[in-house]
Amino acid sequence: MRIKVEKRFYITKWQEVCIILASIVLAFSSGALVFHFLGVDPLEAYKMMIDGSLGDFYGVSETVAKTIPLIMCSLAVALSFTMVVWNIGAEGQFVLGALACTAFVRYLYVDNFVVMLACMGISALLAGGLWGAFAGFLKARWNVNEIITTLMMNYVAILLLQYFVYGSWRDPTSLGFPMTPLFPKSARLHQFFSTRVHSGIFFAVIIALILWIVVRKGVWGYEIRVSGQNPKAADYAGIRSTRNVILVMFLSGAIAGLAGMAEMAGLHRRLQPGFAVGYGYTAIIIAWLARLHPLAIIFVSFLFGALFVGGENLQIAMRLPLSSVQILQGLILFFLLGGEFFRNYRVSFISRKR
Amino acid sequence: MKRSVLIVALLMVAIFCTPLMAFEAIPADKLKVAWLYNGPIGDGGWTYMHDQGRLDVEKAFPGVTTMYVESVPEGPDSVRAMENFIRNGAKLIFATSFGYMDYVQEAAGRHQDTIFMHCSGFKRAHNVGVYFGRMYQSRYLTGLVAGSMTKKNVIGFVAAHPIPEVIRALNAFALGARHANPNVKIKVVWLFSWIDPGKEKEAAKALIDAGADVLGMHANTGAVPQAAEEAGVYVIGYNNDMSKYAPTKHLTAPIWNWGAVYKYTVGKVIDGTWEPEDIWWGLKEGMVDIAPYGKDVPESVKELVESERQRIVSGKWDVFEGPIKDNQGKVRVEKGQKLTDQDLISMNWLVEGVEGELPK
Repeated sequence: MRIKVEKRFYITKWQEVCIILASIVLAFSSGALVFHFLGVDPLEAYKMMIDGSLGDFYGVSETVAKTIPLIMCSLAVALSFTMVVWNIGAEGQFVLGALACTAFVRYLYVDNFVVMLACMGISALLAGGLWGAFAGFLKARWNVNEIITTLMMNYVAILLLQYFVYGSWRDPTSLGFPMTPLFPKSARLHQFFSTRVHSGIFFAVIIALILWIVVRKGVWGYEIRVSGQNPKAADYAGIRSTRNVILVMFLSGAIAGLAGMAEMAGLHRRLQPGFAVGYGYTAIIIAWLARLHPLAIIFVSFLFGALFVGGENLQIAMRLPLSSVQILQGLILFFLLGGEFFRNYRVSFISRKR
Repeated sequence: MKRSVLIVALLMVAIFCTPLMAFEAIPADKLKVAWLYNGPIGDGGWTYMHDQGRLDVEKAFPGVTTMYVESVPEGPDSVRAMENFIRNGAKLIFATSFGYMDYVQEAAGRHQDTIFMHCSGFKRAHNVGVYFGRMYQSRYLTGLVAGSMTKKNVIGFVAAHPIPEVIRALNAFALGARHANPNVKIKVVWLFSWIDPGKEKEAAKALIDAGADVLGMHANTGAVPQAAEEAGVYVIGYNNDMSKYAPTKHLTAPIWNWGAVYKYTVGKVIDGTWEPEDIWWGLKEGMVDIAPYGKDVPESVKELVESERQRIVSGKWDVFEGPIKDNQGKVRVEKGQKLTDQDLISMNWLVEGVEGELPK
């Protein structure tokens, strides 16, 4: 018997659903195995995770709060991936957005909610956007690999953040601890129903809708898809690919920057060195799992938010170490991405009779 | 007449407010205590020692249930971790890092009937106490050992963040080293990180290359002792006995004994006598100490350390008593004067003998 692997040219909806379901089942059953060896009842453990993240109003609200930056960062990278431009730099653009809006609060503060948030939003959009567009320009002009530049610029962004929070932006009342003073009231986004779900959620949903319409239905979306998939054909058709690379990187960076501003004004309200916790990297996985579809991103982000929030409950209630939660998250990703293979390739067993 | 009204009013206030201010006794088998950690328990340092304190509580109070979350970033995520503790029934929460301070205040404001203890901060409330240790006393003692053991008169120090806690540690260490040997110079590398084994090791190597033959550290993992062992230079660990990372080169280490304050607090909560104190214990209370000596430490050095320890424990003298100059030559503490606790928790200058400036 031998195994034959061939590229699929089409896939039915039914097959696609089966592959996703099979990956999820496999992921959770291998996770169950891990729990079993750690000496806890797997069903109990999963119940704890669901209880913690979706079991009550508070859990759901925390999951949603976690989902907001994930949605925006994922939309940011998904936009660039649509054009086959690999923006790995959402993390850095996220930080730049936060830096820009903090700078605004620090140097140009006016005590007016509307003016303040508009200025913070625009500064974050521009800062993140320019940070992304720089890598886009290098790619368009000299064909510099954007994976490298955007990734490297993440480190620069995080070092910039450290430079400011350890330096001139440090709160004088913090006893030398690296953090800026808390944002004043009029520089904060509203939180709803005494939960931590903030109005940044509107940014996330509105951007998702805009991208869905513009990228999936509009002419420009068609252009960037063609430029990505076949730059020569795009050039031949008169699509200005180089300009689009810079524009896409600008918009991608701007969305990530706005995510940074929403996270600052909605949740953190002060800049600390631990601000960047890796949303920009998780976003890459989310965008990929959502097949770059802006609306699917909302749901996948919610799933990841739930995984994160529910995982904490495993530590508290089941006394499992943090690494066991990370193993489970890793397994889920592994199987979901493993499912990709079967989506793209057909595997058949051919028995050879002698 | 008016006065009696006032007295009655005051009495009423006293009667009605007392139950609000005090916390009721909680029997041990009903008490759930939670720990919020900023690192992984396996760091072998800061968080590991807090977790040892948690285990001390379990041992001392068999009925008490404990819980914890590891590696919680010092940001809004910590509020959720604390909320989750409370949802799981915690009545007493220890937050073990400075960066949790304002988040502790936020959670404590919402949960007036839960007791919070915040490590190394300065904001209290009716349900928030703070605790820390006078680690600088142990630092001074280990400085004596380092100063006695150096041959080249150059000591290296791997320092996490340029914040008062670490500066205080470095200064006390330097004061000890120069008390034992006035010719000693201390070179410093700042990591800008609490936990980063890679950076810690690089910093240690750089200091060894710069001529240091004894290393001290304020970092959270065993990377510095490992580097010292490999290079064959002496090392003073931190947090706990790090001799397993440098079996032949480890001299001693300033160590934490968080169990002391954890057992004290849990006992108070069980008795119903807990109050929002500002606990800052030292060698005397057993909250800090030094690890067992390595085999190369001679008796004479051990005697020196012991006599200095007695000076501190007896209360006759403390580490930051004048005259002390900073490393620019300016007198910071006059002879006969002593830094107050307020000066200590906001320290932002380096003592004579420490090379370099604080990052600005």
